[in-house]
Amino acid sequence: MATHHVNAVLPDEPEKATLEGKNKILGFWLFLGGETVLFGSLFATFIALRDQTNGGPTSQQLFDMPLVALATLLLLTSSLTSVFAVLALHKKDLKKMQAWMTVTVILGLGFLALEIYEFMHYVHMGHKMTSGAFGSAFYTLVGFHGAHVAFGILWILTVQLQTVKKGLTVVTAPKFYVASLYWHFIDVVWVFIFTVVYLMGMIGGKVG
Amino acid sequence: MSAHASHAPKRSGIADWLTTVDHKKIGILYLIAGGIFFLAGGLEALLIRLQLMYPELQVVGAKTFNELITMHGTTMIFLAAMPVIFALMNAIVPLQIGARDVAFPFVNALGFWLFFFGGVLINTSWFLGGAPDAGWTSYATLALNQYSGFGIDFYVLGLQIAGLGTLIGGINFLVTIINMRAPGMTFMRMPLFTWASFVTSGLILFAFPAITVGLVLLMFDRLFGAAFFNPDAGGNVVIWQHLFWIFGHPEVYILILPAFGIISEVVSTFSRKRLFGYSSMVFATALIGFLGFMVWAHHMFTTGMGPIANTLFGLATMLIAVPTGIKIFNWLLTMWGGQIRFPTANLFAVGFIPTFTIGGMTGVMLAVPPADYQYHDSYFVVAHFHYVIVGGLVFGLFAGLYYWWPKMFGKMLNETLGKWNFWTFFIGFHLTFFPQHFLGLMGMPRRVFTYLAGQGLELGNFISTIGVFGMTIGTILFLVNAYVSAKSSKRAPADPWDGRTLEWSIPSPPPEYNFAQTPLVRGLDALWVEKMAGNKGMTYAEPLGSIHMPNGSFLPFIMSLGLFIAGYGFMYHNYVVVGIGMVITFGCMLMRSLKDDPGYHIEPDEIEEKGVKA
Repeated sequence: MATHHVNAVLPDEPEKATLEGKNKILGFWLFLGGETVLFGSLFATFIALRDQTNGGPTSQQLFDMPLVALATLLLLTSSLTSVFAVLALHKKDLKKMQAWMTVTVILGLGFLALEIYEFMHYVHMGHKMTSGAFGSAFYTLVGFHGAHVAFGILWILTVQLQTVKKGLTVVTAPKFYVASLYWHFIDVVWVFIFTVVYLMGMIGGKVG
Repeated sequence: MSAHASHAPKRSGIADWLTTVDHKKIGILYLIAGGIFFLAGGLEALLIRLQLMYPELQVVGAKTFNELITMHGTTMIFLAAMPVIFALMNAIVPLQIGARDVAFPFVNALGFWLFFFGGVLINTSWFLGGAPDAGWTSYATLALNQYSGFGIDFYVLGLQIAGLGTLIGGINFLVTIINMRAPGMTFMRMPLFTWASFVTSGLILFAFPAITVGLVLLMFDRLFGAAFFNPDAGGNVVIWQHLFWIFGHPEVYILILPAFGIISEVVSTFSRKRLFGYSSMVFATALIGFLGFMVWAHHMFTTGMGPIANTLFGLATMLIAVPTGIKIFNWLLTMWGGQIRFPTANLFAVGFIPTFTIGGMTGVMLAVPPADYQYHDSYFVVAHFHYVIVGGLVFGLFAGLYYWWPKMFGKMLNETLGKWNFWTFFIGFHLTFFPQHFLGLMGMPRRVFTYLAGQGLELGNFISTIGVFGMTIGTILFLVNAYVSAKSSKRAPADPWDGRTLEWSIPSPPPEYNFAQTPLVRGLDALWVEKMAGNKGMTYAEPLGSIHMPNGSFLPFIMSLGLFIAGYGFMYHNYVVVGIGMVITFGCMLMRSLKDDPGYHIEPDEIEEKGVKA
């Protein structure tokens, strides 16, 4: 019954202190399993269609290493800062946690800005959703990831703002924890996008 | 705690049903909505069979026929079978594991409303320019703008919304079964229906994202001019087939495993014996779930994947016959030497066993690639999958409904009507689908709206249509039975069947908190263990105390309504409407996040007032 002792001393690992918190974390891990299939299907589609440029620019002509490397650096670093935030959560240091989460959000926004710039640049070069199967597959896969980043930013901000009012409790702690799980997941997906879409696209050669 | 011991706002009538987060009420909602869609899909089937009753008829015509077969398949799989399965899972699984609710009551309600609005969206196509007409599999390129009507957009968006609901429902049941079991309820003490629900939920989790992606790609092709399936722009139509069946084949196990679970409960209870080979049943369930992901390409033998792929997928498919055979023998051996009774629930269960075995056998025939080249797209396939889905799943659902009806509604179904229901439905079913095997072998292709006289197809088609009337009468008798039971004033006892599992240890219908005190589980068939030990009921794991309950909420309904509105916006390329719908949905998500639900408490004195012995 002791599920709502908001004012009591915060227990260790507050995100797992209640059954609700435990359910949330397990449910979210399972959700990420489903997301893995989702991105797996998108990757498979992309690999099948990545050479079908339909007369438009090829991946070798499009991709620009410094830009993608910078985006990768931003996103990977944001994963690290979200780890620092969870470490602060476990030390029950709300201020530090909020600070690291803010850094995470800023890095995520930087990544998103680069991606929007990149997409606009590609559209300018004639690489569009409608220009051919490669374009459709590219924008759907990378765009789905970008939409996940954008949603993650809004989500983390929502949790951060409500915690200013509610404080760090057994109700808000699981929210931070789950949001950071999500953030790691989109980071891992990006590692695969960087490899499969960009590196393999720049080196060239057909798969299989 | 006292600060949170507020009471639930008392909502009554329709507002109560729109806001409920109680798994028992959500189960009833799933049953009613799924039942209505079942009747719609049945009406479509009736029209299909009337059109095919004699050669060269013009009852509905070719265009409507295409719409009818598409909507019949889509409705029956996604909007009738799945929800009725979810109805029984919701009503029974928490009770079987000794839980007071599911892990995420709010998400549970959201899952229902998403399914409901998705289903309504698909069906509004009948009134808004024509239903989808590319078959329930909606293969590209047929389903692209050039070859199909506006109806496909309803299919794509409606299934996307309904599929989201199913996915979160699956996650909810996985977490519920992992985290919410009563003390002593180890995994290997869980009733078989709970095990089947667990494996089915796992399949939902890993199968539905594939159709989500498939539907997104088709939506982008149709609405935004993408080129995934357009061969002229480098697209590849086989991708749709792969994505559809990577979802679609696990889907048939998502459907049949809960039926296996129901049959296991019913056969064991009415044989008054412990289920024979319980651990092998659990193993077989998990193995079928696992193998279910390895066989999707057996729907695509004629696509041209080559002999190696065809052979491997054929072999993997045949392998599934092994765990399925284990199950069939276990049911037979459960009955062997048991004190068998035959109320309607057990009639359906016993009718299920040979019928499903026939469907399984034709499945192994279809798994042989060279033979499949002959059967492919013929009525033999139609006969096969109706034997497993109607003869398997629907018989199982009827067995489950007759068995658990008293627990869900607190009233018994009439046995005389039930027996008429069984025999008309059973005989009607076999009359309808048995001749279709031979129609297929004689060369009648599926999905044709008529056929010529003098080709030996008349008799089979005529018998098949006559059989449909039997199934129709059976279905009507079930509705009559439900009505009669609702009108009767006789209350069902807590344990009408001399049951073995936890749901029979509490009143029918159960109070909103299910268990006044969490039970202590001391073995497989938890209630039976206590009965054999001479105890009147369960031993409790906790003293009587205050029970925390979640509040109802309008948000799941409104959140789903938002997506429903956005769906129309996408279809009519009206992005203001899309925006409004999305703002509603995301606004509800935001409200849910910002406003914590403290819930309310039911105190021990209230529990005793309600007549539960402390």
